Amino acid sequence: MDEALKCNNLTVGYDGKPVLTDIDFELTRGTLAVLIGANGSGKSTLLRTLAGLQAPIAGNIMLCGSDIDNVSRRQVSRLRAIVSTSRTGGGALTVEETLAVGRNESISLFGGMSANDKEVVAKAMEDVGISSFAHRYLATLSDGERQKVMIARALAQDTPLIFLDEPTAFLDVAARIETMDLLRRLAMSGKSIVLSTHDIAPAVSRADYIIVADKSRKRVIVGNRDEMIASGALDAAFDGSAVKFDASLLDYR
Amino acid sequence: MTNRRTTTVLSILTVLTIICLPLGLLLGSVAISPGQAFDALCGNGDAMSRFVIIETRLPALLTSLLAGAALAVAGLLMQTCFANPLAGPSIMGISSGASLGVAVVIMLGASYVGLWGALAVAAGAFAGAMLVLGVLLLFSAAVRSSEMLLIIGILVGYLTSSIISLLNYFAPERAVHSFVLWGLGNFSSVDLSILPYFAVLCLLFIAISFPYIRSLNALLFGADYAHSAGVNVGRVRTGLLLVSGALTATVTAWCGPIGFIGLVIPHIARMALGSSNHRTVLPVTVLAGAFVGMLCQILSVSPSLFMPGNIPINAITPVIGVPVIIYVLLNRRKILYFN
Repeated sequence: MDEALKCNNLTVGYDGKPVLTDIDFELTRGTLAVLIGANGSGKSTLLRTLAGLQAPIAGNIMLCGSDIDNVSRRQVSRLRAIVSTSRTGGGALTVEETLAVGRNESISLFGGMSANDKEVVAKAMEDVGISSFAHRYLATLSDGERQKVMIARALAQDTPLIFLDEPTAFLDVAARIETMDLLRRLAMSGKSIVLSTHDIAPAVSRADYIIVADKSRKRVIVGNRDEMIASGALDAAFDGSAVKFDASLLDYR
Repeated sequence: MTNRRTTTVLSILTVLTIICLPLGLLLGSVAISPGQAFDALCGNGDAMSRFVIIETRLPALLTSLLAGAALAVAGLLMQTCFANPLAGPSIMGISSGASLGVAVVIMLGASYVGLWGALAVAAGAFAGAMLVLGVLLLFSAAVRSSEMLLIIGILVGYLTSSIISLLNYFAPERAVHSFVLWGLGNFSSVDLSILPYFAVLCLLFIAISFPYIRSLNALLFGADYAHSAGVNVGRVRTGLLLVSGALTATVTAWCGPIGFIGLVIPHIARMALGSSNHRTVLPVTVLAGAFVGMLCQILSVSPSLFMPGNIPINAITPVIGVPVIIYVLLNRRKILYFN
C-alpha cells in the first residue's frame, strides 16, 4: 500500500458525457505528478474528479488506500487538500486566518484555534516561507505570494496528498519558478503532489510522473517522466497539431 | 493590532447603543422628563408616564434593537452563503415571501392587534418566507452559480409582489389599509405581551448562527475550497438559508418588510473591522444591527416633538442604507473584502 493515488477503470466527464475514459494508473507517495493536455482535454475534470470534487462516471479512485466512495467527506479532507486556479475571495482575511480554514476539521465551530492548530499553521507558513507576513491581509499580497498562501493553507490541512489546478496560471515568471520549486521541495519531503499546468518546461523538469490527457482519443497516458519523454508519449497531448515535444528543451515547439 | 481594532469597534458600538436607550425612552409625542421616565422604569411615578414608558416606548425600543440585530445577521449569513455582497433578506425575495403570507392572513380578516392576531400574522410570515426559501433551495440544487440564485430570488420576489397586488385588488378596503400600514415598517406593533415571544425567537436564531462561524469563513474561499477542507457545503448552505429565513420571517411578521438593514449592516461591520473574519464580523454585525435598529426607531419618533405622527421605518432605512451601498460599490477596488 505504497501508492498515494490509484485509479481503476476510471471514466470522467460532465453530465454523464465521458471526456476521458478507461483511466488506470497509480502514483507512489512523495512524488510530483504533472498533468498536461490541450484546452478542453479534460485536465480540470480529471483533477477535480481525482480530488473528489465531482463524481466519476465510472470506475473508482483510491486515495492512500481508501476508496473515495467509501469514506466520508471528512475523512477525504484528511487525505487530500486542493489549491484551485481561480483567485478566491477572503481578501480581508489575514494569512494566518486563511490557514485556519485549512484546519477546519480541528478548530472550534466558532473558528478558535487550539495550540496544536497554531503550531501546524506556523509550521506550514514556515515551510512555504511566508511566516513574515502572517498578519497581512490576502488582498495586499502579490499573486505569487497569494498562491504561496493557498499552498500553505493546503499544507495546514496536513494531508498526504495535494491537488493543484494550474497553480501558476496567473503568476509572473519568477513566481512560477518559485512555486514549482516549492512544490518539488514538498514532494521531496514526503507530500504527494498532483498538478495540472500549461507551464510545460518548469513543471516537466521537476516532475516524477507525467499524466497526459489525450483529447483526440479520450484517453490518459501515465508514466514516469523519462520513459514518457523517451517513448514520445508527450506528443499525444497536442495530437493533431504540428507541435511536438522536444526532449532537449523539455518543452513543446 | 486586529484585536485592538475589534475592541475599539465593539466599545464604540456598545456606547452608541447605550446612548440610544435613554434617548429612545425620552423622545416622543408625550413629553416625559428623565426623572419621570426613571420613576416609571422603577415602577413608580404617575400612571401616564408609566403607560407611555413601559407599555409603549420600551417595547418599541427593544423591538427595534432585536429586529435590527436579527435582520443584520440574516443579511450577513446570506451574503456569505451566496458569495454576493448584494444579497439580503429583502433582495432575495424572503421578505416578499413573508409579506405574501402576512397579506393572505390579513386579507382573510385577521388583525395584527392582540396575541392571537399577532401569532396568526407571524405564522403567515413564516409560511411565506419558508415558501420562498423552499423555492430557492429547490433551485440551488439545480443552479450552481450563486449569482443565478440571487437573480432567481429577485424574480421570486417580483412574483410574490404581483400576487400581493392581486390580493390587494380583491380585498376589502379595511384589510388593504391594514396591510399597507404594516408594509410601511413599524417597531411599535410588538407590545409587552408579545415582546417575550419576539425576543426569544430573535435571540434563539441569532444564537444558532454563531456555530456557523467556522463554515462561514471557509465559504469565503468558495464552495470547492470549503468542501475540500471538510465542510458539508450543501448542508451548511441549507442551514444558513433556514436560519436567515427564520430571522427574516420573525421580524417581518411583526414589524413589516424592513429594507436595507440586512443588506447594509454587514458591510458596515466589515469596513469598521477591516476584516471579513466571521469570528469578529458576526458579533459586530449583531451590535451594529441593534444600534442602527434603535437609531431608526429614534428617528422615526423624533418628528413627533413638532408634529403628530411618526415617520415610517421604511422611509428611514433607505436614507441610511443607500449612501453606504453606493459608497461600497464605488470603492470596491479599494475595499479589502472584495479582493
